Amino acid sequence: MGVEIKVEHLSKSFGKQLIWGDVSLTVPAGEICVMLGPSGTGKSVFLKTLIGLLKPDQGSILIEGTDIATCSEKELYEIRKLFGVLFQDGAMFGSMNLYDNVAFPLREHTRKSESEIHEIVMEKMDLVGLLGAEDKLPGEISGGMRKRAGLARALVLDPEIVLFDEPDSGLDPVRTAFLNQLIVDLNAQIDATFLIVTHDINTARTVPDNIGLLYHRHLAMFGPREMLLSSEEPVVRQFLNAQRVGPIGMSEEKDADELAAEKDQELPPLPPIPLQLEPSNGMPRRSQRPPGEWCRDNGITPPPGSFAENMSMAIGG
Amino acid sequence: MSSITASRVLAPVGTAGKLFAFGLDVMRGLFRRPFQTREFIQQAWFIASVTIIPTALVAIPFGAVIALQVGGLIKQFGAQSFTGSAAVLAVVREAGPIATSLLIAGAAGSAIAADLGARKIREELDAMMVLGIDPIQRLVVPRVLACMLVAFFLNGLVSVVGVSGGYVFNVVLQDGTPGSYIASFTALAQLPDLWQGMLKALVFGVIAAVVACYKGMNAAGGPKGVGDAVNESVVVTFMLLFIVNFVMSAIYFQLVPPKTG
Repeated sequence: MGVEIKVEHLSKSFGKQLIWGDVSLTVPAGEICVMLGPSGTGKSVFLKTLIGLLKPDQGSILIEGTDIATCSEKELYEIRKLFGVLFQDGAMFGSMNLYDNVAFPLREHTRKSESEIHEIVMEKMDLVGLLGAEDKLPGEISGGMRKRAGLARALVLDPEIVLFDEPDSGLDPVRTAFLNQLIVDLNAQIDATFLIVTHDINTARTVPDNIGLLYHRHLAMFGPREMLLSSEEPVVRQFLNAQRVGPIGMSEEKDADELAAEKDQELPPLPPIPLQLEPSNGMPRRSQRPPGEWCRDNGITPPPGSFAENMSMAIGG
Repeated sequence: MSSITASRVLAPVGTAGKLFAFGLDVMRGLFRRPFQTREFIQQAWFIASVTIIPTALVAIPFGAVIALQVGGLIKQFGAQSFTGSAAVLAVVREAGPIATSLLIAGAAGSAIAADLGARKIREELDAMMVLGIDPIQRLVVPRVLACMLVAFFLNGLVSVVGVSGGYVFNVVLQDGTPGSYIASFTALAQLPDLWQGMLKALVFGVIAAVVACYKGMNAAGGPKGVGDAVNESVVVTFMLLFIVNFVMSAIYFQLVPPKTG
């Protein structure tokens, strides 16, 4: 039913360059979290650290009592069986067709017969809408199909944690919308813990239960969706509303002069908080909270027009 | 400043250490089960298919040029009856392993480095590790064993083709006597020469495969990184193989006394 990921005081640097430091957060079991951040803030590095592909310099990552940062290679390979990871380009094995790619983890880790494997593979292929493409090689299909095939492979061992590395990069808006719906439906169906790394604002605003924002080598904020979407914190506000006014500049953070020049500019009002994407069968997910609940509990008035039905998905400028 | 210089100077040592550590990992992977028989056979077949014909084609002129050189020299000494044995010595002891190493490093090594490099930058290796499979055990060990096997047989191939090439050149072009060429085979050459040639081929196979896999798996920086990895792996392998060849020959001469008469 999903597994909690507890990250404490995590730091990572390459050489002398600090990527991010002192990141502490808990990804709650069974919920969907999105990790956001401007380009080049080490979101993918964070993801790779979570699965133990990169060793952090400090801190711990606790999953079911095992610390990924310090455990042995053997324990690492064991704990990774809990994970399903969707890589940016799908990372399909180029020498195998899609069927063999999806069947690969089953053949390696289970003693299932070929007919059982066939059944499971076909079920996952159906789930991601790739039935009929089993015999294609990864080089022969489009990027979107590769991503979906990667998702099928990530799901084939019934993971407790699914990590998505920019599921929406390089996809058109319609496919992105379909993929987001697929993510929400999947979460409702398998109850695993989902962590999505992205910089697509639409995804961040509508899909997750929790949002985290990496900025300027630290975790700026992590919490429930409504908390970040109603936050007045300059960085969070600028990023989640895709505005130019704020501390984030084109290259890195803005310098003092630029910030001083912006000081008198009126910040545009917070746009209304959209409704969370619901599973397509209409049944609420286990971890889903009623719209506006967090705001009510914490005495915060959401921006006017929030949680309206049929609100436009696009954010008003 | 001094620390920057020191780190620059010491960088090659670090790389050599990492390569060595990788080699140890591969050694450990050799004994881990399940053994990847399928991958091993596929790789052995693949390496054989890219090396056999070039090796044979290299071996013919190699044997011929030795026959030409040695034949001319030996004629000046007036020891024509030893032409055959000198050619056998040169081919079996040195030319065989060297030609094998050139082909293993140039054809097999570059193919392996390119393959693994491409997998690395497409994140396939990461995906494999995340799926709980160790790429060293799954991909590298079968390649190293396949390289050893193929190098072993290539060495035999070079020896046979090289000696036959030498025979043809000696007999046809230099008017040597067929009988004395063959009869003198055992005059200077001895069985340990063959063993050391085979041992060299095995060691060269290991080195070429380990270096190629190491370079491929550490490719970084997109498609250009793969090209760089292939290039580096071939250069590094060549250098290592020639050094190791020298060392092994030197040790061999200490251990096995030359045959007299």
